[in-house]
Order: sequence, then C-alpha cells, then structure tokens
Amino acid sequence: MGGRFGDGAVRLEPDDAPVFAEDWHARALAVTLAAGSLGQWNIDISRHARERLSPKDYTRFSYYEKWISALTDLLVESGVLTEEDLRGEADKEEHPLAGRKMKAEAVAGVLASGGPADRPSNVPVEFKPGQEVVTARQSANRLVDGGHTRLPMYATGAKGRVLMVHGTHVLPDSSAHKLGDAPEPLYAVVFPASELWASPEHPQDEVVLDLWQSYLEPA
Amino acid sequence: MPHDDHDHPHALLPPDPALRVKALETILTRKGLIDPAALDEIIDTYQNKIGPQNGARVVAKAWTDPDFKAALLKDATSVVADLGYYGRQGEHMVVVANTPEQHNMVVCTLCSCYPWPLLGIPPGWYKSDAYRARAVREPRKVLAEFGVTLPETSSVRVWDSTAEVRYLVLPMRPSGTDGLTEDELAALVTRDSMIGTGLPKVPS
Repeated sequence: MGGRFGDGAVRLEPDDAPVFAEDWHARALAVTLAAGSLGQWNIDISRHARERLSPKDYTRFSYYEKWISALTDLLVESGVLTEEDLRGEADKEEHPLAGRKMKAEAVAGVLASGGPADRPSNVPVEFKPGQEVVTARQSANRLVDGGHTRLPMYATGAKGRVLMVHGTHVLPDSSAHKLGDAPEPLYAVVFPASELWASPEHPQDEVVLDLWQSYLEPA
Repeated sequence: MPHDDHDHPHALLPPDPALRVKALETILTRKGLIDPAALDEIIDTYQNKIGPQNGARVVAKAWTDPDFKAALLKDATSVVADLGYYGRQGEHMVVVANTPEQHNMVVCTLCSCYPWPLLGIPPGWYKSDAYRARAVREPRKVLAEFGVTLPETSSVRVWDSTAEVRYLVLPMRPSGTDGLTEDELAALVTRDSMIGTGLPKVPS
C-alpha cells in the first residue's frame, strides 16, 4: 500500500497509550507467537498467510484481526488443526505436537534468542556501495505465480544506488513457499523521491528499501 | 490455496475478533498446543519489560560517548546486544543518525516491521494503513501531523523496512543538555524520536 492515496490523516496516540489498545490484541499477538513455536512454519510463510486473506477481508479486518484469521488458516493448511477442530467437533485427545508447546518458563529464552535471517550463500555479491541499480519492472514472485515477494509496487522499475550490503539473507520468495532458504545478497538501495513519485515533496528527499539481489539489475 | 471467501478456515470461527481469538486460544489449549500461562508471560514481556526505554538508553549513551556512537553506527546489532538488547524482531539492527542536513524516518509499507527489542510493540499508528501508505510518498505532510516541521535545508530519508533488517533513528542531541547525566538524557528520548516521526524533548 506504499504510496496509496485516500487513507486520510495518521491517527496519533499519546506516548503513554497502552501497548495493547484491547485485551484481545495482546491475546492475538501471544497466541500467534506461541503457535509459531510449534515449528510448522517460518516468518515468511506467516506473513504470506496474512497477505493471502481475500482482498475483501484484508481491507475490512483490523490489524490483529488479520493476524488471528491468517493464523487460523495456517493452522488448518499445515495440518495442525482440522476444520472439525474449529467447529468444536473434534476429539479431545492430546495432539502429536503437544510436546513442542511453548511453556511459560521458556518464553523469556525464546523471545530473547530471535531468529536471524542471514545465511551463508554461494551467490556472489554483484553490487557494491555507490553502484547504480534498477529494480525489476514488475513486483512478482519468479518461483511461484502470484506468490510472496518483498518488492513494493511503488518501487518497481526504479533507478537507485546501493547504500549498504547487508550480507546474504533468506529469500522470502522461496522461503514463504517451503522451497528452501535460497539465501542471496541483500542491499539497502536509496532512491530519489522523484524516481518514485509524480509530485515529490522536496528535491533532496529519498526513500531507502532493502532489496534482494534477484530484484535488481545493473543500471 | 483457493482464494474464495468460504474456503478460508477462519470463517468457521466467530466473526467478532475478540471472540475469534478466545475460540482459537481455547481450541489450542485443549489440544495441548499452547499454554495460557505462556501467553500471559509473552504479554507481560511486551507490556512491561521491553519497550522504548531500551532504545532511549542506547541513544543517551551515543550522545555522551563518541566511541560508542561510532561503533553503534558501524555495527548496531552487536553493540546493542552487548547492552542486552537482542531478540525477536531485532536480529539485524542498523542505526541511522539524524544530522542538520538529513532527517531519517522509518516505516514498513509491506507489513509492520519494527525493532522490538529496542522499542517494544509498535504503536497503532505505525501499523495503520494511513502511515504505511503515506510515509514514503509524503513524509513531510506526515511529520507535520506529528507536529514536526523540518527546515527546507534538511532532506528526508525514509527507510522502508522491506527485509529482516530493523532500523532505529539516532536523533540529534537537543541543545541546552550539556552536563546532563545519561539517565537524564534518556528521559528526553521519546519513542517517536527513534522512529523519526518526532524529536527528543527539550529540557524545561
């Protein structure tokens, strides 16, 4: 939705507003993190599950409503739950994955350990800082038609300059579809606002995006 | 995966979002897949333990210690990890410094990526369609809504967090703060100043 018109003003909150506006927001976040630790999907798969909500649902659902609905879909797709389970019709037997349940005493360790996305890769680093590059003309997954990708539509076919080389990272286009990590070089690329927008606010303004090597070509 | 509405399993749960969460939590708990006490622990962590006070401590230290600042701008991940700030959604950190010539501002147009170990859970506006849609196209209008007006001589650089790298803005140290301790300085550092939608408080 980057660059989209029509969303109106940003609705500010005071600095001391509660972290979770509603109790169920907190529950939605916690259930999502706890279910993630069952190890049946990765972060790219879960992001893609939110993006795959039907456009109608995606538009009308609030933020955490997207989380909880996508999580439900993911639990069924990955075979953790059945539709009968969701209808409340299933047996009460212990689940084969119950041994992986995140226990209260493990929470601090799990949240503190994180899940780095950098991996060794044998894809050579093609670009260096300062070099000019052009983004792909379409934002599209090249491995799976209609699949997950991280090149925003507003930044397609744009010329920018490599600002940083972040090392080699998991490629979400592959990882979101269980096709492997496929790590490749990741860059911070800086674009003049005038390259992206018809009416930039200021001639010196810029936008930086993190982009994988396969999204880029030499300028 | 079919995209028709009725094929989505979430439609089998109650439509009201609070009830939908409750239903799913109940089913998963009954199956032995989640532990409600672990959920309480996760919520307590992000409600009470991890928040912008962490980032503020990093900023205050960078304001007072030039060597620390240089190391932070070079390799933030290991420098903040040394202070104990590492974990989920902060695995790859980059800190970008504001200067009189350049103001930095962070957004995630694709979802809501945010440096959790340093700032906690993002505020509602950061996750809103309006911020995500507009921050990249008209950052100055968005900043004005936050009460921030930049001089014409300053450029704006907006960082769209499209990968697993998380960005933190190092705001400029306000004038009139000579001689303040690190703790006093940290109290001036607001959450928004580290996202780039605000400026630090000025001592009264």
